[in-house]
Amino acid sequence: MKPVRFDYIRAGTLAEAHAALTTGGDDARIIAGGQSLVPMLSMRMARPTVLVDIMHLPELAKIEVKRNVIRVGAGVRQAALLAWPELAERQPLLAAALPWVGHAQIRSRGTVCGSIAHADPSAEIPLALLVLKGAVELSSQRNRRRVVAEEFFTGLMSTARKDDELIEAIEIPCSTAGHGYAFNEFARRHGDFAIVACAAIARKDGVRLAIGGVADCPIARDFPNIDGDALDDALDYFAADLEARDDLHATADYRRALVRRLGRATIEEARRCRA
Amino acid sequence: MPRLTADARHRVRFELNGRAVEADAEPRMLLTDFLRYELGMTGTHVGCEHGVCGACTVQIDGVPARACLTLAVQADGAKIRTVEGLAPAPGRLSVLQEAFRRHHALQCGFCTAGILMSLDYYLRHRPHPDEAKLREYLGGHLCRCTGYAPILAAAIDAAEKLREAPANA
Repeated sequence: MKPVRFDYIRAGTLAEAHAALTTGGDDARIIAGGQSLVPMLSMRMARPTVLVDIMHLPELAKIEVKRNVIRVGAGVRQAALLAWPELAERQPLLAAALPWVGHAQIRSRGTVCGSIAHADPSAEIPLALLVLKGAVELSSQRNRRRVVAEEFFTGLMSTARKDDELIEAIEIPCSTAGHGYAFNEFARRHGDFAIVACAAIARKDGVRLAIGGVADCPIARDFPNIDGDALDDALDYFAADLEARDDLHATADYRRALVRRLGRATIEEARRCRA
Repeated sequence: MPRLTADARHRVRFELNGRAVEADAEPRMLLTDFLRYELGMTGTHVGCEHGVCGACTVQIDGVPARACLTLAVQADGAKIRTVEGLAPAPGRLSVLQEAFRRHHALQCGFCTAGILMSLDYYLRHRPHPDEAKLREYLGGHLCRCTGYAPILAAAIDAAEKLREAPANA
């Protein structure tokens, strides 16, 4: 349970962080809060030769609102976003999702963008980013680019980020008047990894539901305004398409049942919030 | 840009329980091991070593965090508080520690240091804790002896005593 040896670079500027990633290639990793990476290091599931600490770059520790988008920098800790006074008003779904991220003792160090980079299939922040159609700002020594959430999460803990890129910020659209938002999850104990997590947006003309904890990465689907048996059937198909697997925590059947029940409850809650 | 090389030990300095401390660490050394082996502060316990059990919880820059999920080199320049920093004087216990003793809120004591560091922070910031919120907060810690009920009772009792005489924290 001790990490392999690595060099540690405390980046003093963003350019230094970029340079270290360019030189290090896939042997270099960014460390921010370290709440996902350090356990991976200790269990030797990650064996980088260089760690680049980006937590001493004040320009990355900002939460900004521009043109109806919340921009959360790579240095913003989950606890800081949760404590942001404008959060519930700007984006109620994010405000509802964040308290489910780990425990308070984890959120105090863990960063918002770190959770996006780690891309755990049951993580709440990637799920929120996907359902809200947010985006990820990537930068490297070569270029900068913006990748929408739908294209960013590519599989089990894998993303569209290239080895020399770092996540500089994520962009989360602010709430829209007349839309209802809801987030729910089920775990054996609050703060544990979600067995199933659901996020829903209810619009006038339909509903968007995203599910975490079942497939290799969060998956969203848009439904027209249906109810009753039609909604149950649609959720049934969605649950089947997620290719749930049996594991230590739950059977595939159990997960599908949760998608149907908790998915429906989350949609209904979002619709009530819209009213 | 300081680059700390993998195969050497590097000086790490921070404030521990109000005193400046320093010792050497390889970049890969966890804060738990640094506290215990380099600084001899064995009050912080190591349980699961991957952030789940909460035994190693300390306060980093004033907020509870897992020492096992922090590299010693990341803590350079920080303010760290451990269970050794809770007692107001040798031979005296803090209000929270006293409440733990009164309520038998520990048996083997392995989880206790971490729980104390979390609750110490929580009660400072929420002088009127409700039981549901306390339960959720304690969810970040595993205790296999007490069943948690005496821990909750101790926390609620300590909150009351702290409201009467906050200076005695």
